[in-house]
Amino acid sequence: MAVAQATTAPGFDCRKAWAETLEQLAASDERIVVVVNDSVGSSNLGGFQTKFPDRTVNVGIAEQNMVGVAAGLANGGRIPFVSAASCFLTARAMEQIKADVAYAGFNVKLVGQSSGIAYGELGATHHSIEDFAWLRALGPITVIAPCDAWETAEAVKWAAAHDGPVYLRLSRMKVPTLDLPDRTFTPGQAELQRSGTDVTIIANGTTVHLALEAAKTLAEEGVSARVLNMHTISPLDTDAVSAAALETGAIVTVEEALDRGGLGGAVAEHTSATDPVPVQRVGFPGFMPTGSIANLFEEFGLSREGIASAARIAIRRKGA
Amino acid sequence: MTRALKTDNSQTLIRDKALWMRQHAMRMVYDKQLGHLGGDFSAIDVLATLYFGVLRYDPARPEWTERDRFVMSKGHATGALYTALAAAGYFPQDWLDTYMQHHSMLNGHPNRQYLPGVETNTGPLGHGFPVALGIAISGQIAGADYRTYVLTGDGEQQEGSNWEAAMTAGSRKVRNLTLIIDRNRLQQGARTEDTNGLDPLDDKYRAFGWHVVEIDGHEYGQLLDTLGAPVGDRQKPLCVIANTVKGKGVSFMEDQAKWHHGVPNAEQFAQAMKELV
Repeated sequence: MAVAQATTAPGFDCRKAWAETLEQLAASDERIVVVVNDSVGSSNLGGFQTKFPDRTVNVGIAEQNMVGVAAGLANGGRIPFVSAASCFLTARAMEQIKADVAYAGFNVKLVGQSSGIAYGELGATHHSIEDFAWLRALGPITVIAPCDAWETAEAVKWAAAHDGPVYLRLSRMKVPTLDLPDRTFTPGQAELQRSGTDVTIIANGTTVHLALEAAKTLAEEGVSARVLNMHTISPLDTDAVSAAALETGAIVTVEEALDRGGLGGAVAEHTSATDPVPVQRVGFPGFMPTGSIANLFEEFGLSREGIASAARIAIRRKGA
Repeated sequence: MTRALKTDNSQTLIRDKALWMRQHAMRMVYDKQLGHLGGDFSAIDVLATLYFGVLRYDPARPEWTERDRFVMSKGHATGALYTALAAAGYFPQDWLDTYMQHHSMLNGHPNRQYLPGVETNTGPLGHGFPVALGIAISGQIAGADYRTYVLTGDGEQQEGSNWEAAMTAGSRKVRNLTLIIDRNRLQQGARTEDTNGLDPLDDKYRAFGWHVVEIDGHEYGQLLDTLGAPVGDRQKPLCVIANTVKGKGVSFMEDQAKWHHGVPNAEQFAQAMKELV
């Protein structure tokens, strides 16, 4: 049985992996440029700017312009990585993302920093919990939320090599790096973190680690929980979801995002049409109060016990 | 292809092309009973000048990396853009007959994946300018010598994204970028100055670090001299305020807000075609 183990305690800031990987790629590919909105520091791109000043396009605090400029850079043959706080990148420039990137099909990489409720205390204006729903609605954009430093680096490499628009959703929460044998990153293909037969917990980004903890709690109760890391929510790995439905009969989704429209929404859409099974969605109900990530996660059930509880409900609903 | 020579001969060519474009835009819009003739006709002389006197391009190679770029930010003016691209040879002229028909390549607003020669998708206002800026910056980074031109409507200048781009272009001294503002002083509902006034537009762009030239947007000599001039020592982006007339070329359409998206009936169509000779 595959069981992922957390190895890097107490945790690793994925922003470092993102920036180091991009610098390495840019050293051998002159087409790579970054476009930022006064966000060099918050994107950890100080090193990139020092090494590649001509390839650092800082448009100032102007997100619509930032995304439009990135589309133009792609027209000119560059590979632009737009890096900004995801709350502003997605909400402020949504029409540019729709018309200039997704609809026009430009090879632009959108990198949302400090996603979810990373800016917990700063309030709902700075939370980015709607981005999964918004970006997933734009079909041509591949939407990826890596769960650790290794996966972040792999996602950046893949995005640079992929010809098409991508949204990478990064956190700045420190997370452990998962250790799995022969680990590979394939966008659109869920990663099996733990085998199980009674229920499947599907998570991504920061919540994968919580899902694994919850599976341990459930194991102590004699419940066998499968854990899938659904790093790519668009396109969704519908084969893995169908297999989870057929083989475990109940699903829990966990995401640091709105509890509708994102991962949970995508899984529920698929299962309702093909393999109807109970789907319990763990996420946030709407605009969030102020608080630390730790406190908000605990309050809204993004915790070992909260997820285990959702799994018990899903199992109870089987055949009901 | 080299940049065109500014001769009387080329002005005759541009005039002929502009007339052809007006005739075909009129027919497209009349046949489909949809479109934006007022804004098409204010911009057609600018586009005819660009495509037949200024731009470096090869319609057989629409993705040629060294091509000059033209971005039609006022994406509703497809009557001007599509007729220019057809006249320039990007696609067969009979494609114009399919304008806005079911599954036509000639969408109501331009799409780069449908139609060769379209640099980016536009339609929602305030998008083309930032994209053109990115194209120009890309050229600077790559050391390419292509030039980038973008046309916005004047009402479109009310969108804030333009001013974000204006600030960046001025600040970064993006000298290979030319912004053309189609200054017909009318927007969909009323005069620009009665809606959300733009004047003094020239001073605004100067304050943002641009070189500004104001010209008659229907006078081919001025258009050629301004748009075709080499960048030379100029260290600023160029803003061309082209004073134009909405509906230019058809007497009953000129300077009328209602012809923003008005469509001609049979009698009006016949009258317009009589004037467009």
